[in-house]
Amino acid sequence: MKLDTLAGWARRLRARDISSRELTELYLGRIDRLDSQLNSFISVTPDLALAAADAADERLARGEEAPLLGLPVAQKDIFCTLGVRTSCGSKMLDNFIAPYTATVVERMNAAGAVTLGKTNMDEFAMGSSNETSHYGPVRNPWDPERVPGGSSGGSAAAVAARLAPAATGTDTGGSIRQPAAFCGITGIKPTYGRVSRYGMIAFASSLDQAGPMAASAEDCALMLNAMAGFDTRDSTSVERPAEDFTAGLGTDLKGLRIGLPREFFGEGLDPGVRAATEAALAVLRERGAELIEISLPNSGLSVPAYYVVAPAECSSNLARYDGVRFGHRCDEPRDLMDLYTRSRAEGFGAEVKRRIMIGTYVLSAGYYDAYYLKAQKVRRLIADDFRRAFGQVDVIAGPTSPEIPFRLGEKSADPVQMYLSDIYTIAVNLAGLPGLSMPAGTVGNLPVGVQLIGNYFDEARLLGVAHQFQQETDWHARMPAAFV
Amino acid sequence: MSLNSDEVRRIAQLARLAVDDREAEGFAAGLSDIFDFVEALNAAEIGGVEPMAHPLDAEQRLRPDAVTEPDQRELFQALAPAADGGLYLVPRVIE
Repeated sequence: MKLDTLAGWARRLRARDISSRELTELYLGRIDRLDSQLNSFISVTPDLALAAADAADERLARGEEAPLLGLPVAQKDIFCTLGVRTSCGSKMLDNFIAPYTATVVERMNAAGAVTLGKTNMDEFAMGSSNETSHYGPVRNPWDPERVPGGSSGGSAAAVAARLAPAATGTDTGGSIRQPAAFCGITGIKPTYGRVSRYGMIAFASSLDQAGPMAASAEDCALMLNAMAGFDTRDSTSVERPAEDFTAGLGTDLKGLRIGLPREFFGEGLDPGVRAATEAALAVLRERGAELIEISLPNSGLSVPAYYVVAPAECSSNLARYDGVRFGHRCDEPRDLMDLYTRSRAEGFGAEVKRRIMIGTYVLSAGYYDAYYLKAQKVRRLIADDFRRAFGQVDVIAGPTSPEIPFRLGEKSADPVQMYLSDIYTIAVNLAGLPGLSMPAGTVGNLPVGVQLIGNYFDEARLLGVAHQFQQETDWHARMPAAFV
Repeated sequence: MSLNSDEVRRIAQLARLAVDDREAEGFAAGLSDIFDFVEALNAAEIGGVEPMAHPLDAEQRLRPDAVTEPDQRELFQALAPAADGGLYLVPRVIE
């Protein structure tokens, strides 16, 4: 059977061309056959999936309508799922069977989605290559010697290889957009507060935000409709009326002002990525958009500011893993201190430890003002840059990543080089804005993503611009040859 | 800024992470590179700038002071490495 998009499958389910059970079996079969090449799933849950599919088929037979009714999806293994292991890519939580369900998963289940399993990720979402996972790296379906990006690398690879028509991701500094770019799919990080963080294992709470990853912008809009919404259980959830994110898909680009930050096209940008980005921007211009050069003068400080703010929040959030209440515990602790320090040393990998230590240091007595407070002030400067830019333009565009997917192991020994992989995405998290990555070309055989950044709560417009681009191009419809 | 192994051991102790001597040296090099990189923040002109803790500058929401969570002690303690009689077990703290 020819593989379809989420929106396409939704139409075929309603037309009774296929049942949810058949569709679910199709994707479970692909995972079974093909995922050994990718390692994109940590847990596959066929029994639960088929039970959910049968329930969806009954609802479909009764003529019920629900946005994701009967559609198979994958959940990043950062979302708690009642009764199913939720590892967050860490040895610390290898034995953790979640005692409750994240709001995102609950909402998607209520909308009729069928969960195929839980996808691989960088440990506690800390990484840009999916190499820090306790369960081993994920491989890029376009070239198995290369990384899929991270931290939502399992979700990105699974969607790119069509082992699931769509998946959830989370994005603290680029973790939806950079892997979406590396794997040739579409992903959107909504405005901070749009999607509930309840049951989403915390990394940096003022930056973490969940979003959809799928082949097309239309599919992402469908998913986001189910994922987003006010939740009293998340204290930073934004109280706004429900919005239809598919509403902007039909809007043409005439008169749309697109800002191109000159800082995103400077030194360090791969020439092939630049060429593909410029070609994609030309398509948007041909469809009526106006391209305007702008400046985000403080964006160069975004990665340094992030590597103070995010580790500070991480060191505080990860203090909960103490070897006492849940998670990994060392054998035969001598005393309480030995229990804490050895359980944590054994349970966490090197990158997580590194970030906990950075955070502990910048928050420790005597260093708070020099690091944390300064970084929070720089964060304001970065947000103010965007505020000024959005007085001038409707959307900001540029490359998602400065480079093509790099080789496994290429950056493992140099944390700073790895961090710079997110140089164009991090400022968006610091400001709390929505950002989308869409497939926009290739360098050789490898995908290139273009990032669209919107003003607060302007997700529908971003999805609309990407959808218009996808009407004119077929990058989003291409599949890696080994997985056709 | 350059951190030595002793400083790394002190930070690791604050963070409740056991590190041996070899690991401490490895982390000293990596963390020193990161702190050098973060030094770029010193170039920012931040006089009079308000620190930003939350992207939307939202205030903490209040809710009615009502019980919303049921008692799920048994469910939660089933996840504990060692629990007995409703208590979490740890090595002896008081001799």
